[in-house]
Amino acid sequence: MSGSHRLRKIQGRLMEGVCLLAALLAVIPLFAFMWHLAAKGASSLTLNLFTQLPLPPGEVGGGLKNAIVGSLVVVGLATVAGIPLGVGAAVYMSEFARPKVASSLRFACDVLSGIPSIVMGLLAYQVVVVRMHHFSALSGSVALAFIMLPVVVITTQEMLRLVPHSLREAGHALGIPAWRIASSISLRAAAPGVLTGMILAVSRVAGETAPLLFTSFGNPYLSADPRQPIATLPHTIFTYAISPYDDWHRLAYGGALVLVLGILGSTLLSRFILWWHRRSLNV
Amino acid sequence: MLACADLTIEFNRKAVLKGVSLQFPPRKISAIIGPSGCGKSTLLRSFNRMHDLTKGARVIGSVTLDGREIYNTSEDPVLIRRRIGMVFQKANPFPTLSIYENTIAGLRLAGVTSTPVLKEAAEKALVDAALWDEVKDRLKSSPMTLSGGQQQRLCIARALAVDPEVLLMDEPCSALDPIATSKIEELMFRLRERLIVVIVTHNMQQAARASDRTAFLWMGELIEAGETEAIFTSPKKTMTEDYITGRFG
Amino acid sequence: MARAFDAELKELKFSLLDMAGQVEEMLHLTHQALIERSNHKAEVVTRLDRNVDEAELKLDQACIDLLALRAPFASDLRLIASTLKLVPELERVGDHCCNIARRALVLNLQPPALESDNLERLGLETQSMMRRAVDAFVNGDAAQARSVIRADDQVNAIYRDIYSELLRRMLADPLCIERASHLIIVIKNWERIADQATNIAEEVLFILEGRNVKHAYLQEPTQP
Repeated sequence: MSGSHRLRKIQGRLMEGVCLLAALLAVIPLFAFMWHLAAKGASSLTLNLFTQLPLPPGEVGGGLKNAIVGSLVVVGLATVAGIPLGVGAAVYMSEFARPKVASSLRFACDVLSGIPSIVMGLLAYQVVVVRMHHFSALSGSVALAFIMLPVVVITTQEMLRLVPHSLREAGHALGIPAWRIASSISLRAAAPGVLTGMILAVSRVAGETAPLLFTSFGNPYLSADPRQPIATLPHTIFTYAISPYDDWHRLAYGGALVLVLGILGSTLLSRFILWWHRRSLNV
Repeated sequence: MLACADLTIEFNRKAVLKGVSLQFPPRKISAIIGPSGCGKSTLLRSFNRMHDLTKGARVIGSVTLDGREIYNTSEDPVLIRRRIGMVFQKANPFPTLSIYENTIAGLRLAGVTSTPVLKEAAEKALVDAALWDEVKDRLKSSPMTLSGGQQQRLCIARALAVDPEVLLMDEPCSALDPIATSKIEELMFRLRERLIVVIVTHNMQQAARASDRTAFLWMGELIEAGETEAIFTSPKKTMTEDYITGRFG
Repeated sequence: MARAFDAELKELKFSLLDMAGQVEEMLHLTHQALIERSNHKAEVVTRLDRNVDEAELKLDQACIDLLALRAPFASDLRLIASTLKLVPELERVGDHCCNIARRALVLNLQPPALESDNLERLGLETQSMMRRAVDAFVNGDAAQARSVIRADDQVNAIYRDIYSELLRRMLADPLCIERASHLIIVIKNWERIADQATNIAEEVLFILEGRNVKHAYLQEPTQP
């Protein structure tokens, strides 16, 4: 082996080592955090967590039923508004709009997706809370919908962009009306990616805390009424974590674990959808 | 009879096709030949109003089917495209639909819902496209499991299922091997009996083998058109002669 | 754009012209064998026929190969198709020359059967037709080809004159019947050679113009 060859080999190995170190530094904290969370929260992961309401401080036990139900309501309402609007906007931008119009709309979405979630919360406060004169689950949903919307639009549009134009041409050549091409051909072909994008958008807003601080506001009681303030999981975690009560700390960790497991689950679900779709094409 | 008269097509004010007048009689396969960029695909696409979908495209002149102008504002392009079908250079079956669903896609998305009607139309179309025997036992499987030639025949079946009067074929065999090509040429001969078939090809031998009439385009203009035997044994224009003998293009 | 095919077509043309040249040489020698009463020249003619036969085989194969390998169209196709038809015509001219040469050997032993110079005229006119037909092919000269087709009438007229003359002589003098009958076969062969030259000219017109002008009585009046 010549001298320069050996030198090059050493350089290659060195670079590899540096990159490996970087990867480890990035990933180890994640595992460390997961381990810590599991250790602290596993004990709380009982049925009680889902079926019991929180007890007054000082009393041991209780659960996060109100926060879990509340999160489901708030995120559910946000999804009902955000997903159809987002997908519809993306379909319009991808299939019908003129290029200039589409790129302007896309730019708007890019900007919106970068706005801090607390600002969205402020917007929802102005639009809903002030009008209704009190806090409500609805205002929280509106804030989350604002956050969800640009994410859904962008991922849906990207997935639609991946659909080859030849498929749309084939649809046109068959004499299929444009709206049916958009729904039954373009969207259908992009469906797995769009679905995945939806799942990820929902799981992302499920963890938002800041905008809910002064919109849904939190509620110690079980409530599913959109017009009333409501507890949500991230907000409850915040409240309990900064409290001085050990039992509430335990519940906070339990809630955090539920959230993280939920996000893990939705990521796995989206992977599964993609895998299943790929498999069905290769049969 | 499909015909165009003094057809000029501009893209963003640049003329790509100039003053082309041609006729495509029934029960005949007509070929359009010419070097790359001469406007043959542009001409073909004007026959089913595909240029309506392109920004900046302008079609001047007339295209008539059985005497009726297809570019009249009162005509619905969607309905025109059901009467004038098209097959593309690269087979483009819908990947998320099964073979059966692909075949009836045009019918179903036009609003036909009756299952017996759809099944019958699918079988007829696949038989006409010489694909029925090869797929009848796996109508539910994905079209991506078919070979390139079979996929192209599936696209032909899909186009035939809506029962068009004209079939436009834009270099349908250019991505296929000789055996797949000859299968498609054979089915073209059978289709000729009930449809007007117009094929764009850059393959001289295919035009000579498979067509009854040939038109030669160059730089957007029609140079010569006539019976295929005449064009290939004694063309009238020197440019035609030079092109088909390979002296240019 | 120069094509490799062009070189092959050029070679085909040269081979054909070479064969035509051999045949013209045979014609010339045949004519002289008769007029100069030269047995030597008659024998050379029979030897030259071998070259012409070899050329036929070579050209036949070359044409088939080009058709198979090059899938020619338009003028290329007409050139090759016509070459395939011209080659046997030329070969037959060679055979006719051999027939005449063999008769010449017999005739040269006897006194001349004709008094007029019609035999010489017949030979010269036929040679001229053949030479002009080949020139028309070389030069792509359609007018020249047409003049050859018209000249066939003239040759037929000379043939009929000689034939009448021989008939008269045979009736007048039975002793010359034998040599007269040989001569009739000779002029028949000349007349066939002139027909072949006409066929060649018609093929040349097909190569040049894409029109088949044979059998004019069958052609439709609305031909392009």
